Amino acid sequence: MHSPALWDWEPGKRVILASTDLPEGVVWTEEPHVSPDGQTIATLARLEDETFTAIVNGTPWENSFEKAWLPRFSPDGRFTAVVQQDDEWTLAVDDTLWEERFDYMWGTQFSQDGSVIATCFQAGGKYGMCVNAAPWENLFENLNQSQLSADGTSTAAVVQLLSLKPADLDAFQAGVFGVAVNGQAWDSKFLNAWTPTFGAGHNVAAQVRTSLYDYSIAVNGKLWPELYSCVWEPCFNPATGKIAAPVRIGGKWGMAQDGQIIWEPVFYQCWQQAFSQNGQILAAIVAPDFGEFTVAVNGKVWSDRFPVVTDLMVGADGACVAALSSENNRNWRVMVDGRVWEGTWDMAWKPVISPRGNHVAVKVERGGRQTILINGRPFDKDFDRVFDPVFSPDGTKLLIKAMNMGAYFRVVTPVA
Amino acid sequence: MGIHDRLIEDVGLRRGVSRLTPEKIEKTVNAVLKNETGARLKVYSETCMRCGMCATACHYAQSHPDDPSYTPAGKVRQTLDVLLDKGGKVEPDFIYGMAQLAYTECNLCRRCVHYCPIGIDTGYIMTVIRRICHKLGVTPQYIQDTAHSHSATFNQMWVKDDEWADTLQWQEEEAREEFPNMRIPLDKEGADIYYSVIAPEPKFRTQLIYQAAAIMHAAGVDWTMPAEPGWDNSDMCMFTGDFEMMGRLKRRHFESAQKLKVKRIVMGECGHAFRSIYDVGNRWDGWMWHPIPVVHSIEFFWELMRDGKIKLAKKYPGPVTVHDPCNVVRGRGLHEKLRELVRFLIDGDIVEMASHGEHNICCTAGGGVINCGPPFKNVRVAGSKSKAEELKATGVKTIVAPCHNCHGGLEDTVHAYHLGMEIKFLGDIIYECMEKPEA
Repeated sequence: MHSPALWDWEPGKRVILASTDLPEGVVWTEEPHVSPDGQTIATLARLEDETFTAIVNGTPWENSFEKAWLPRFSPDGRFTAVVQQDDEWTLAVDDTLWEERFDYMWGTQFSQDGSVIATCFQAGGKYGMCVNAAPWENLFENLNQSQLSADGTSTAAVVQLLSLKPADLDAFQAGVFGVAVNGQAWDSKFLNAWTPTFGAGHNVAAQVRTSLYDYSIAVNGKLWPELYSCVWEPCFNPATGKIAAPVRIGGKWGMAQDGQIIWEPVFYQCWQQAFSQNGQILAAIVAPDFGEFTVAVNGKVWSDRFPVVTDLMVGADGACVAALSSENNRNWRVMVDGRVWEGTWDMAWKPVISPRGNHVAVKVERGGRQTILINGRPFDKDFDRVFDPVFSPDGTKLLIKAMNMGAYFRVVTPVA
Repeated sequence: MGIHDRLIEDVGLRRGVSRLTPEKIEKTVNAVLKNETGARLKVYSETCMRCGMCATACHYAQSHPDDPSYTPAGKVRQTLDVLLDKGGKVEPDFIYGMAQLAYTECNLCRRCVHYCPIGIDTGYIMTVIRRICHKLGVTPQYIQDTAHSHSATFNQMWVKDDEWADTLQWQEEEAREEFPNMRIPLDKEGADIYYSVIAPEPKFRTQLIYQAAAIMHAAGVDWTMPAEPGWDNSDMCMFTGDFEMMGRLKRRHFESAQKLKVKRIVMGECGHAFRSIYDVGNRWDGWMWHPIPVVHSIEFFWELMRDGKIKLAKKYPGPVTVHDPCNVVRGRGLHEKLRELVRFLIDGDIVEMASHGEHNICCTAGGGVINCGPPFKNVRVAGSKSKAEELKATGVKTIVAPCHNCHGGLEDTVHAYHLGMEIKFLGDIIYECMEKPEA
């Protein structure tokens, strides 16, 4: 059941699986995963006959495999794993195997609605992507940093376009890497390409290096006019289609948009930028001084600074910006719109912002117990384990998926 | 004698120099000196008294006692001093020798810092020289190829994404024959330990991954390894002078650990990678320290020993000698913990080399020197003569060396000087001697 509007949002606690004890014939299980709607809990398991399978809500799949890894739920609630049978690899989706077989597979990704599944594969020493079991027609010497567009209609990856002899410096520096979109490589080649990113209309932007010293952003294979001493990953403004990327000039970092500087290069670091869905807000993690990190929103820097800032999130309409800070992985704090919530935690996970940006929920851990902070206050119970929370589409309720004493349950709680 | 009397032909150096012009050299030299250095270099360059104390520190100088051009001060005299004296107005042939010296006759081991009365860090000066050489495109072929690999794959051995994960699964499968419930947990969120290695391990030293997994398993450690790039903590870009790529590698490494929400990173037995993560690359990224605590295997194994999590079925037969990797001893002070651990593991004495602990002599492979490849092997081995003499004087047959590059360098030294010694990682010994309850 994909549409969150159709999920069970009735407040209260529902036990999904009373016991996660091992079923008969299972030797051990790996870490559990839960579906987005919280109705399913699944794990990979080792069987007595030395094969692997998946256990979904306590019931093993009928298929078993020589190997199984990369367990993931799709947004529409299907449980997937990359599996090996008869020395060949394929994808198992809800206990059904793709017909295509490869020498290796990895990198499972999903479209936003879950209807499209993409993976990377290697076959006969060549590399490509496979989309809903259909492999790219063109294969490459190497492939990495794959991407699936949110609507599932396009895939992209960094690909090696020519063979390289060992230690052939000239060939490498002439450029052998590029970006392939749906299996078709850009015309242009670079020393390096990194982090291809989709925008509207299936435009693709990527970081590229044109010489050992010159970096820029390429959009559909065409370079920005300026070269920089370094760049980080680009991102598209969802409203305008413009592209923003951190750039390094004169030893300091700033932000460029479509090749023009929009934040002056004054930072010791600037990365992980993100736009709001309405395109009004551009936020990034920045270091105004060496070793002091914070967040900048539309170029304006928050006052609190920490040794480390991570997990920047921007609300859909730009009404809320949240991030985490830590003292080198200790004393984690949550920052929302420039204010720091009270309390520190042994660990914190990426903030989740409600659809209208008026609530923030964060999974946190202290003393080995996990809970959810809702607008800065801990939920009234803690758990052995808790999964990422989800807001209801109207933002009035929060779904908490948790485990205690071997039981898995979902809790729907109103948000004040 | 000087570096220009002992030039060695290298494809990368020759190629780079052939593209230089005096104008490009002058512009690049002065840009680096002006924009990327400051008071530190000025103080060093203006306070050296040529007292010669550093000559007693450097293993190259010790191994060539009649040639002052191998001394740290002599190396600076042949490189930085010339650039400063001439304002960068030097010929391409000069750059060839300067690059050869900086990349292949200094291990950046920083032993000379301890002997200099005013603490001049010749390793830092040689790093500046390497930075200039990188900017000029004059780098030895083999280490530059390694830097290319880093940029294309985020590891130093061109290991592809599928090869990495497949290798871990292969090692897990192998290990299950010995430990039926063995796992190498991939991408386990929230694990206590994120275990990172250098690319030679999946490429041709897979037994080290096997052994690490066996130790983690036997000790009941909550650990994980990443399935995606970021797993290689090594960094030859730090040594070629490509600091932009160094920062990219360290960002990838730390972010892959941050994504998994782990408590600590434990690094395999590698020295230079520790330097890159703990001291250099992290700072280029703007972090004052490491954003996630980083623990070298020496310290991690020492913790397991302290907490009684390694139980020995037997002790490794001694006596042994202990080689201290520069980057974790002078860089982190782990020599006492290393010895406590070795005493726990062996039956017999540690016979110290004359130079040990923070005064150790480098293996002569470090600083990326071994990565400059075959053209420079003989120079490297000749530079390890004093190390060979100290090793021989111990009279033992086993060297414990918790560092990959040290292994490579010491293997060449042991072979060239007919020492007849074997070299062990800590993981080799722990795996060999530990109780294996399921086995």
